[in-house]
Amino acid sequence: MRISTIIRLLFVAAALAAATPSFAVRPDEILPDPKLEARARVLSHELRCMVCQNQSIDDSDAPLAHDLRVLVRERLKAGDTDRQVLDFLVARYGEFVLLKPRFEWRTAPLWLAPIAILLIGAAVLGAAVHRRRRRRAARSDAPAPLSESEQARLAELTGAGRN
Amino acid sequence: MIPELGHFALVLALAIALVQSTVPLYGARTGDTTLMGVAAPTALAQFAFVAISFAALVTCYVTSDFSVATVFENSHSSMPLLYKFTSVWGNHEGSMLLWVLILSVFGALVAAFGSNIPAPLKATVLSVQSWVAAAFYVFILATSNPFIRLAQAPFEGRDLNPILQDFGLAVHPPMLYLGYVGFSISFAFAIAALIEGRIDAAWARWVRPWTLIAWICLTLGIAMGSFWAYYTLGWGGWWYWDPVENASFMPWLAGTALLHSALVMEKREALKVWTILLAILTFSLSLIGTFLVRSGVLTSVHAFASDPWRGTFILAILVLFIGGALALYAWRAPMLKQGGLFAPISREGALVLNNLFLTTTCGTVFIGTLYPLALEALTRAKISVGAPYFDWTFGPLFIVLMIAVPFGPLLAWKRGDLKGVTQRLTAAFGLAVIGILVVCVAEGRPVLAAAGLGIATFVIAGAATDLIERTGLWRAPFPIVVRRAVGLPRSAWGTAFAHIGLGITLLGIVGETQWGGEQIVSLRQGDKVALRHYDFTFEGTSSRNGPNYKELAVRFAVHRNGELIGEMVPTKRTFPTRDMTTTEAALMTRGVSQLYVSLGDVSKDGAVAVRIYHKPLVLLIWLGAVVMAFGGGLSLSDRRLRVGAPKPAKAKAKPKAALQPAE
Repeated sequence: MRISTIIRLLFVAAALAAATPSFAVRPDEILPDPKLEARARVLSHELRCMVCQNQSIDDSDAPLAHDLRVLVRERLKAGDTDRQVLDFLVARYGEFVLLKPRFEWRTAPLWLAPIAILLIGAAVLGAAVHRRRRRRAARSDAPAPLSESEQARLAELTGAGRN
Repeated sequence: MIPELGHFALVLALAIALVQSTVPLYGARTGDTTLMGVAAPTALAQFAFVAISFAALVTCYVTSDFSVATVFENSHSSMPLLYKFTSVWGNHEGSMLLWVLILSVFGALVAAFGSNIPAPLKATVLSVQSWVAAAFYVFILATSNPFIRLAQAPFEGRDLNPILQDFGLAVHPPMLYLGYVGFSISFAFAIAALIEGRIDAAWARWVRPWTLIAWICLTLGIAMGSFWAYYTLGWGGWWYWDPVENASFMPWLAGTALLHSALVMEKREALKVWTILLAILTFSLSLIGTFLVRSGVLTSVHAFASDPWRGTFILAILVLFIGGALALYAWRAPMLKQGGLFAPISREGALVLNNLFLTTTCGTVFIGTLYPLALEALTRAKISVGAPYFDWTFGPLFIVLMIAVPFGPLLAWKRGDLKGVTQRLTAAFGLAVIGILVVCVAEGRPVLAAAGLGIATFVIAGAATDLIERTGLWRAPFPIVVRRAVGLPRSAWGTAFAHIGLGITLLGIVGETQWGGEQIVSLRQGDKVALRHYDFTFEGTSSRNGPNYKELAVRFAVHRNGELIGEMVPTKRTFPTRDMTTTEAALMTRGVSQLYVSLGDVSKDGAVAVRIYHKPLVLLIWLGAVVMAFGGGLSLSDRRLRVGAPKPAKAKAKPKAALQPAE
């Protein structure tokens, strides 16, 4: 349960059924070993509760999230590494379960987008600066010669014509 | 009778909007002042009729007229009056009516207070704004009419969702909409500039106050939503990178970029084409946010497909306005003349960098939000993008931006001196380093906490540096400092406050995420649990009846280092009408930190599951947003925005604006 639920409730009447107060991790789930429990919590934050809307299993109070939390803890107790736990869950539930998608061809645009936007933006800026500098350089190298009327006016002002 | 009046008033508002969207525009193109003069009265009339319509709906809710379908579905006769009132927008139909009400308010404000805007520009702006209004009136009337009656009026309503029965509902949606919709004015100005094919510093000056108002409201609206979720949902989170949150965050990022680029345009006549694009994009993101939230497309692509009428309609509005605006931009923008030159190291350069990073972060949030939808639609592959993705992408980008923030206001316009600015920031930098060292030594904490604290300190101290330098604090005699402080333009104070607010929010985020602690335990009467320096003793339970709910309360005595500091009473409410329960967390404020206790399930043997959090500095997150908004308000009160820009007749004879000193 989260702010989005509030907002969603404001708009989507159908979401009302999902609106029960949240009480994610239950006291009886917690592992006695604080190190394992800490790992379980970290992993839980990266796993999605598939029946919820974009909630991690650590945040969700859905029965499925409870089952997944217990499952994660069981795997950890059995001696799995974090990576193995995630692999196990992906094998079972698909990539959808990961809140941080793995880098692969399908998600490459997703992961590369931020840096690509930044670089393209910087390149456009760089080009603009370069173009302007060149234009300015071109201008200062060869200032337009004075026109005839300007020459005459200059001569008049400097008094050259009176000599 | 009253709902029909409301319905009819809305139809009339549509009719007026259609007039307003065409006649003044034609007048502006042909130079007919009479036709241009139609804009202001129609904008005011439009507001009047939407207000009548909204008042009619409010009357239905307050009097619990259950013959109206939306009232029946979202209200209950035993609800407190405040919630009867706020439940008007606690649902799709009513919130859309609020949306157009605010749209018409902004139109009316421009009509009433935009007297310094040249008539053709004003007429065009109001016309363009009316296109948006007309589209949404049609949307409401065709797909989301809040006034539809039930054939047989039920005796009692279905009640408002209990989670929404909170003061937050009174503040959060209206503020958020004021922000969203406020950007429609910037959008209308941008489109008007493209239609007229002319844009100058004066334009930026007319647009800036409206953008500022929208930005202030959006800032407060987002902060309020976050705070509401924090205290009401029972587990202490305040931001989740959820698509619905992102929908409000994207316009904020783009709007912040727009504020900064409009500044460059106003002072230096540069970045014109970019500012126009940003104004279009910001409102487009507001529309996209509306689409995302309303259409149900977020729940799943299939939910959208199963009830597509509303979603398709908004999508059509979206395509029409965003596509149309961008097409107009592509056609007309190249005709706009570019303005002032500046060196890369300058105030303008810093603001361009700000825009680059804000746009990139905005793009990141956009892609992170929409990529799963696009991928599912195209390949049927389902992936999730959640908080960890944004932590990895948005996080680093924003940190770089934060480090750059203190440099901007210290750089001179046109050509700045980076070395000099760096020297002037030495004190701020020193403070940051001291902060980092203190954290490392005292807490032995991970790098992240120390670095976060250092950056936050740097942002705050850097923003203060500008004020200290300009007032000559510690160098000049005190009376002179005061005189300088008073004489400093409000916008300089505004900038400093906004940046300080940003640093404060960052400090709160670092504190809450890095130093927070929690305990999840099952407790019986007499049990004790310790968290940091605090001990919580379960003293007993009690139950009572509220107006439309039953409540179970648990009393905790809280001790700090053995000394009693107070009592915390979290409760759990059961609402029989909807058969739902909500948790009301107990919060104890200690300075800017909080203790947070919420209740979970009660087991059969009488043990209560309890979640206890210690949240250091957490209040700074929202306090920072308030300080940011206050900075925006100061900037809004700046003299040059009140006075406005010279009229074009005078502008031809060299605008006075150009003679004002750069700030």
